[in-house]
Amino acid sequence: MTRTGPGRMFDASHMPQSALGGAVFDGFARVQEIGPLGMISLRCALDHPACPAAVQAAVGLGLPAQRRIIMDGQRAVGWMSPDELLLILPYADAAAALQRIAAALDGVHHLAVDVSDARAVFRITGPRADQVLTKLCPVDLAALAPDELRRTRAAQVAAAFWREGDGYTLVSFRSVAGYVMGLLSHSAQRGSELG
Amino acid sequence: MTTRLASGGRLIDRSTAHEFTFNGKRMGGFAGDTLAAALLANDQMLVGRSFKYHRPRGVVAAGPEEPNALVNLGAGARLEPNQRATTTELFEGLEAGSQNHWPSLDFDIGILNNYAAKLLPAGFYYKTFIHPRAFWKHVFEPIVRQSAGLGKAPKDRDADRYEQAYAFADVLVVGGGIAGLQAALVAGQSGARVMLLEQTAHWGGRAPVDGVTVDGQSADEWVKNAVQALERMENVTLRLRCCGAGVYDHGYVLADERVADHTPGDGRPKHRLWRIRAGRIITATGAIERPLSFAGNDIPGVMLAAAVRDYVVNFAISPGDRTVVVTNNDDAYRTAIALHQAGLVVPVIVDARAQANGALPMQARALGIRVETGKAIAKVKGGKRVTGVALCAQAGEGAVLEEVACEAVAMSGGWSPVVHLWSHCGGKLTWDAANAHFRPDATRPPTTDDGSAMVIAAGAANGALLAGDCLADGHAAGLAAVGQAGAAAPEAIAADESPMAPVWIMPQGAAPALKAKMWLDYQNDVKVSDVQLAAREGYESVEHTKRYTTLGMATDQGKLSNINGLAVLAGALNTDIPQVGTTTFRPPYTPVTLGALAGEARGEIFQPLRKTPMHGWHEAQGAYFEPVGLWRRPYCFARAGESHAQAVEREVTNTRNALGLLDASTLGKIVVKGPDAGKFLDMLYTGVMSNLAVGKCRYGLMCSESGFLMDDGVVARIDANTFLVHTTTGGADRIHAHMEDWLQCEWWDWQVYTANVTEQYAQVAVVGPNARKLLEKLGGMDVSKDALPFMTWADGTLGGFRARVYRISFSGELSYEVAIPASEGLAFWQTCVAAGAEFGVMPYGTEALHVLRAEKGFIMIGDETDGTVIPQDLNLGWAISKKKADYLGKRGQERAFLASPDRWTLVGLETLDGSVIPDGAYAVTEGTNANGQRNTEGRVTSTYYSPTLKRGIAMGLVRHGASRMGETVEFPKVGGGSVKAKIVDQVFYDKDGARQNV
Repeated sequence: MTRTGPGRMFDASHMPQSALGGAVFDGFARVQEIGPLGMISLRCALDHPACPAAVQAAVGLGLPAQRRIIMDGQRAVGWMSPDELLLILPYADAAAALQRIAAALDGVHHLAVDVSDARAVFRITGPRADQVLTKLCPVDLAALAPDELRRTRAAQVAAAFWREGDGYTLVSFRSVAGYVMGLLSHSAQRGSELG
Repeated sequence: MTTRLASGGRLIDRSTAHEFTFNGKRMGGFAGDTLAAALLANDQMLVGRSFKYHRPRGVVAAGPEEPNALVNLGAGARLEPNQRATTTELFEGLEAGSQNHWPSLDFDIGILNNYAAKLLPAGFYYKTFIHPRAFWKHVFEPIVRQSAGLGKAPKDRDADRYEQAYAFADVLVVGGGIAGLQAALVAGQSGARVMLLEQTAHWGGRAPVDGVTVDGQSADEWVKNAVQALERMENVTLRLRCCGAGVYDHGYVLADERVADHTPGDGRPKHRLWRIRAGRIITATGAIERPLSFAGNDIPGVMLAAAVRDYVVNFAISPGDRTVVVTNNDDAYRTAIALHQAGLVVPVIVDARAQANGALPMQARALGIRVETGKAIAKVKGGKRVTGVALCAQAGEGAVLEEVACEAVAMSGGWSPVVHLWSHCGGKLTWDAANAHFRPDATRPPTTDDGSAMVIAAGAANGALLAGDCLADGHAAGLAAVGQAGAAAPEAIAADESPMAPVWIMPQGAAPALKAKMWLDYQNDVKVSDVQLAAREGYESVEHTKRYTTLGMATDQGKLSNINGLAVLAGALNTDIPQVGTTTFRPPYTPVTLGALAGEARGEIFQPLRKTPMHGWHEAQGAYFEPVGLWRRPYCFARAGESHAQAVEREVTNTRNALGLLDASTLGKIVVKGPDAGKFLDMLYTGVMSNLAVGKCRYGLMCSESGFLMDDGVVARIDANTFLVHTTTGGADRIHAHMEDWLQCEWWDWQVYTANVTEQYAQVAVVGPNARKLLEKLGGMDVSKDALPFMTWADGTLGGFRARVYRISFSGELSYEVAIPASEGLAFWQTCVAAGAEFGVMPYGTEALHVLRAEKGFIMIGDETDGTVIPQDLNLGWAISKKKADYLGKRGQERAFLASPDRWTLVGLETLDGSVIPDGAYAVTEGTNANGQRNTEGRVTSTYYSPTLKRGIAMGLVRHGASRMGETVEFPKVGGGSVKAKIVDQVFYDKDGARQNV
């Protein structure tokens, strides 16, 4: 499923659109919807000898330890469960990465699917970014390792986040992007700082 | 009169005046006042009326235990009922109004109940309104409801916002008095992560008011230093105005922070609910003083002794020129001394004990205050205000010895530890005879996962009432919480106190007339005589007595009344207080506003609303939405001047005759992959999926283990090891979880992975005779009948969009479902709308979808199924493999009642008059059942007006349905009459499928 070819006859915008078109809220922390990012959900036995090579081939990174994420620029690989990794890469690279995974894991039981469009991604930044998450996620941020990928919930929906730069990157499902943006904006309102 | 003293007041700032109103009357106070203090400063002693007798009520307490001074606070969108004036901080422009009075606070017509009090004893309502039965609902209850009730329920949408926050601590200390501060210091110094909460706006609790010294410093000085030391510790978090409300399993604590109650409209959240997970919880929640039960103890001007002291010392309030102190302990002498030091008169201290020779009584005598031991108050004189007291012997029956004129009475019946948080999660209590109170039993604490004490009570909350014991106990609790032995505690010094004497009724031999004026529960009007009556009528359990008399059931939850009430009950039952026990302490400690519990969940983010990539387009078109799970799907796209029914009719007709577009993105899509994927799907579905050819689609049914149909959909074989499973919209998450359940728990050795990719794709159903024309115009892949026949799929591009096209139909028309990556879904939809104009394209909604499928006799999960229906009931035997050894539900379906030939089975129903059968109607037959109800032989599962056939059509489950073609059944209508329908084939339109096979 590539996007090139002779069938292209309408001048519609084929640029991939994130769920909220990059919505921004400036409160005591800044909330910004970003993306779409390339994301691949890879399920396989993480201790299979072919697994590291597949991950290397897809995003050029090694395997993360339990509940950790390895980041390098626009690429990352996060541990999601004992048999699941989340690979992050530029949106346009996902299809090629899937092919490389298929080649590296040929004959090995695995599942690799493109979930780039199934997700919404947010950046929460600023010195008090942690307070925004403290209001929504039952997570002890003081106990969060610097390179930890935390699967949790944000109020009523599933979410995952990790520390990145001067804040956090949070991932949710795409259909609830508006709800999550609402949550983050509500929690980041000026005057509601936790101290 | 109550007035403001010329000097003093450790909590008020006389340089900052605040104006406020009470019942519309303008009054003035100072920053630092509570509303109660400010009302007293304005001589507003009368603050409300009691619940039952509408007796005048004045301020009794100075903290959260206040039963009387409840006000409607604020107005309009900031109106809050039942706010305690004693814990409400004064702010500029505060508006308060009294409650439970009509027509006015000063002249209340309900006071007539007071004079009829003899006719309104405990259980009055239960006894009086029981017959005739029907009268309760229609006559009695409306009248009782109108005359009862406290504050007004707000009618406007709350103007404020609320939020919640999570916190984690090794040690959570609830209560910022000297015990709590010391516990936090000790725990903090050990390096543990400590969180310290204080419900008021000030640290230090009672010690500064009571003149305690710690290590040679005044309590104020020591508290200031302690707080500074705690603030310097990075591992310690301090929060004022934050009330520990409830303790739950595994160290979970809810705390309600009143962020902006005192600064309304400043943009901050009004409350913040903290959800805390703590390793150990120290409850340093202090103690509450008990009233004494003497006749007229509810007349405004009778206050708790410590509250009088608080008002004098903290807020410079004079309760009146002359205050009589009545007590059974030494502590109340502090109030007499404080009043004396403020230049006010204490005509007499009435001490029920035979003698009072401790340090404090001696100090009072030395100040020239008259002390009468062995004496009691026979009755308080006055109506809306205290005018005096009549004294008698405590040992007697109430014969008046003398009368003393006064404006206020300060009473103290001893102190009860605040054991609520200790008790919430199962901590047990022990009776402390010396102090006549229940206190935490350290040998029976609430326990955590390893069996150790989850809660440690400290200070006065642990029964350590004297300052020295209190501080040492806080120190010990801090050490225990971090599992350390440590340095000696600082030494707190306060005057020694002689033992108190339990006094539950004053005088002890009081006659019935006096007991009927001794209030236990001020808010609910429960008197000593009511509890004694309950005991005489056989209410032995304290829990039953509570509910019968309503003792402790008011908004204060019996903080003042419980111990006195159960002591009176014990006396009436001639048993010991520990044998009577306490009622159950349940969270929250003080009321938590619903806004805080809801937190951020209101308005737009009340609940997650799932939106497809095209949702905004639908909104812009004015679509009428219906909820489907958490999704909102367009029900129809009504045009200007069109009813919904007309819109549905148009959408159906256009789809049959030209071209319809449906946003099918919500459909569940689950990838199932692995060497055992085929075997796995053969178990999940009733049919066979493993032999499906790559590139093909097949419809399948999923059943629960018990055999009932739970989901359906089309499976596409992607490659040798990969299937794509379509589920219903509501089934996506549920079926994915169902799959993982079986894979992880039962068939863990099968090589299968699943992934829910529902949201990865926008899915557009392109439906109708012109469907192929549109896709061919978009171009990019061959969608011809030969290249892409019915029940196949192909990957390719359409109009430059990455597309996977399924040739499947839920309408009976030529139909393609096109899956596009979600981030391009809207663009694809818009492209289809624009390109489809020449083919008569129109979007259609879920109702048209339903009508289209019903015309074709297709079932809908949730309409034809309801959890009691098996596929065989729906004539879907063709989709059940007879060859397979097993599938989920197979054995369930073999059970006798599911295999019975008498089950109701699916048929089509054609009304004889062409009308539409009411939804949910039952087909009736002769006779009645054992309950006298009409026998039934079937029910309607789907019923619509068919725009295609121009008549009502329906499907239903009918007994022996398949063998009764041509028979007529009868469906009664709501409101009378019935509609007759002929049993027909369920496929109403294009039975041969000619329209979709083109």
